Amino acid sequence: MATIIDVPEEKILHVNNFEFTYAGSDVPNIKKLSMPIAKNCVTALIGPSGCGKTTLLRSFNRMHDLYPGNKYAGEVLFEGRNILDVKEDLITLRTKIGMIFQKPTAFPMSIFDNVAYGLRLQGMKNRSELNDRVEKSLKDAAIWNEVSTRLKQDANGLSGGQQQRLCIARAIAVEPEILLFDEPTSALDPISTQGIEILVSELKERVSIVIVTHNMQQAARVSDYTGFMYLGELIELGQTEELFVTPKEKLTEEYITGKFG
Amino acid sequence: MGIVIDKLFAFSTKIIALSILLIVAWIFTVLFQHSLDSINAFGFDFLVETKWAPNLEKFGALPAITGSVISTFLAMLLAVPIAIGVAIFLSEIAHHRLKAPVGVSIELLAAIPSVVYGMWGLFYFVPIVRDIFGGLGIGMLTAGIVLAIMILPFMAAVTRDAMNTTPDILKESAYALGATKWDVVKNIIIPYAKAGIIGSLILALGRAIGETMAVTFVMGNVHKISTDLSAPATSIPVTLANEFTEADTDLYFSSLFELSLILLVISFTIISIAKFYFLRRKRRL
Amino acid sequence: MNYRQKRIAINNIVMTLSTISALIGLSFLFWILGVLIFNGIEALNIGIFINEGAPPGYENSGLKQALIGQLLIVMYATAAGVPLGVLAGTYLSEYSQGSKLAEIIRDISDIMMSAPSIVIGAFVYAIVVIPMGHFSGYAGAIALAIIMIPIILRTTDDMLQLVPSTLREAAFALGAPKYKVIIQVVYRGARAGVLTGILLGIARVAGETAPLLFTSFNDNFLNTDMNEAMASLTVTMYNYATSPYEDWQRLGWAAAFILSMFILSLNIIGRLFLLQKRGK
Repeated sequence: MATIIDVPEEKILHVNNFEFTYAGSDVPNIKKLSMPIAKNCVTALIGPSGCGKTTLLRSFNRMHDLYPGNKYAGEVLFEGRNILDVKEDLITLRTKIGMIFQKPTAFPMSIFDNVAYGLRLQGMKNRSELNDRVEKSLKDAAIWNEVSTRLKQDANGLSGGQQQRLCIARAIAVEPEILLFDEPTSALDPISTQGIEILVSELKERVSIVIVTHNMQQAARVSDYTGFMYLGELIELGQTEELFVTPKEKLTEEYITGKFG
Repeated sequence: MGIVIDKLFAFSTKIIALSILLIVAWIFTVLFQHSLDSINAFGFDFLVETKWAPNLEKFGALPAITGSVISTFLAMLLAVPIAIGVAIFLSEIAHHRLKAPVGVSIELLAAIPSVVYGMWGLFYFVPIVRDIFGGLGIGMLTAGIVLAIMILPFMAAVTRDAMNTTPDILKESAYALGATKWDVVKNIIIPYAKAGIIGSLILALGRAIGETMAVTFVMGNVHKISTDLSAPATSIPVTLANEFTEADTDLYFSSLFELSLILLVISFTIISIAKFYFLRRKRRL
Repeated sequence: MNYRQKRIAINNIVMTLSTISALIGLSFLFWILGVLIFNGIEALNIGIFINEGAPPGYENSGLKQALIGQLLIVMYATAAGVPLGVLAGTYLSEYSQGSKLAEIIRDISDIMMSAPSIVIGAFVYAIVVIPMGHFSGYAGAIALAIIMIPIILRTTDDMLQLVPSTLREAAFALGAPKYKVIIQVVYRGARAGVLTGILLGIARVAGETAPLLFTSFNDNFLNTDMNEAMASLTVTMYNYATSPYEDWQRLGWAAAFILSMFILSLNIIGRLFLLQKRGK
């Protein structure tokens, strides 16, 4: 049924027969899904609303555990172990697998404190070390020039696009292995969106990226691999160019040509 | 014809809405007018005089005012930490199957008339205080505790509501950085909902200071300022509830009206601070 | 212990403390509820509903006068408070168009919602009891109505504003005058919410004691003349509970139980109304 290629690169995550069931649901919302996530690449997940792409993404850092009653099955292998294991230390896992959300989520604190937040959680107290890491992260997130003179100001004073880049700086400050992007530009204007997209392409040098997007052009622009999901199943995973130009599956073709969605 | 009715309907709704303001202004005016005898007789001394002796026609409000302040302060001291604990429990800890039933039962307990809390205090709590501290068991301490218990459901419910205004996505972002629940409460929820939480607590304070029935049973109505918290005392509402129907002279009545006016001004001020300073704008993500 | 373990330990401590405080709070509250139910049911019997008050030690004493008095006072208060509150709320939502005046009315009525009810009693004493020369059921009803109006006003205002403006526009487009649009379309759309507000308003004033102490006062015998002093469950409860007689205290618990159950039922019915509306 499904066409899922293997990736030549090293795999940072390996999803095996993964199933996910929301609390109160009788049937799995994601069914028997298997896919590799390539290291230092951008993998995009596309598909119509409700196909399970965000649900899958939020399984990779166990976000679903915040709400009781959700159930996982199968495997997601990371660093040689199944992170779905009940014994998995979620606090450490989440520092290694960061996340960027649909809307900018600047914390109610200063710009500096926002970026330093994850570092402080890990116990970093040394002022100069913190300064260095915050500056480096803000530079890497291409927002340093805009905020360097007002690091002590409330982060909520920044524009939406700036806030989202601040959130990216905050996420990369703790040097994660993987960054999960959940429709990161859905609340942004076209120019801010372009800025985030450029950033995503640059960041993959250092971190593996999985991005969920409702925007097929975005997937085509930023990703190396694209997975198309439909009704809780992965229909096709391929190199982005191939998937958009010569899809192997009829459903994929119908979706990318706009027959439904 | 239709136009006439239309105009009439619009006009009458407006008059009625305006009459709300009128009633409030009227309340202040009437209380002030009836306080005039006492204001003329005692002036500012009314507020600092400690003697309240109806038989001598001598009235000083200090014991009642102090009693109101101390009993409310005690109640806040006990209720605030527990209410915040309950609110954290309801918003972050409780299993989702527990959240709704516990939350609803707390809201329903807030609806139970305060006179019931007062009765419980008199029959079940006074004996305990008597056993521990000796004396009569009625007084400031008992009143403070019963008031704390009475105000707790309201306080916990509004504090939880304030905490719940924190967007899930903001909390998730902190969890996604490896935060613990306490990290999220301390660094995200409390800073985000600070104004709402403080406003809710002050609103509860405004209610507590005017609360009559929960304390009337257990205060004792003794116009004496004592350093002993377990001794009988009084507060403004307690004095009003006990003496309004017993007052026999114009000056006595007038003094009670002045007490009412003082109470109204105090609670109006506290509630206004809560409403206008803290609960005015809702922040949005 | 490294920093991470310390954080987790602190987290566990604080979360345990929160859970304990929730347990402490709940246990006190359920203690009170338990006392209320236990004493109430024990004191309840049919005589309470058919007998009037009697001197202590007298066998056939009941709460008939307080039940009927309470009902009358709350009914009169509702009859005055509901239309006034609903119409004032209608002005704020439908006519004021965000004017400064409307904002002031909203703020003041919000403050009145939390103002000390005993002060309202003193006010009504001054404007009704003194001129009339005696306590009366009317005075009690007026005090309760004054407390009720801000509650009804606020919920009506909120609930009418939830009615989508397209619904109003559709009715206007059919050529209906504004008052008809409001009465026939807006009120209907907001019915469940406004009704809930009214039920909660009644529940709130039904439990008030302080404003009745020196307005409707009390009467140990049945009286249905609103122009005379009148018994209520709350004031009766207060008088009986503070009396030294055990049989009166028992009647006090019975009154507390009956009143609390009435108020809790109103609250639950109000919630069900809202749930039902949301379910649609």
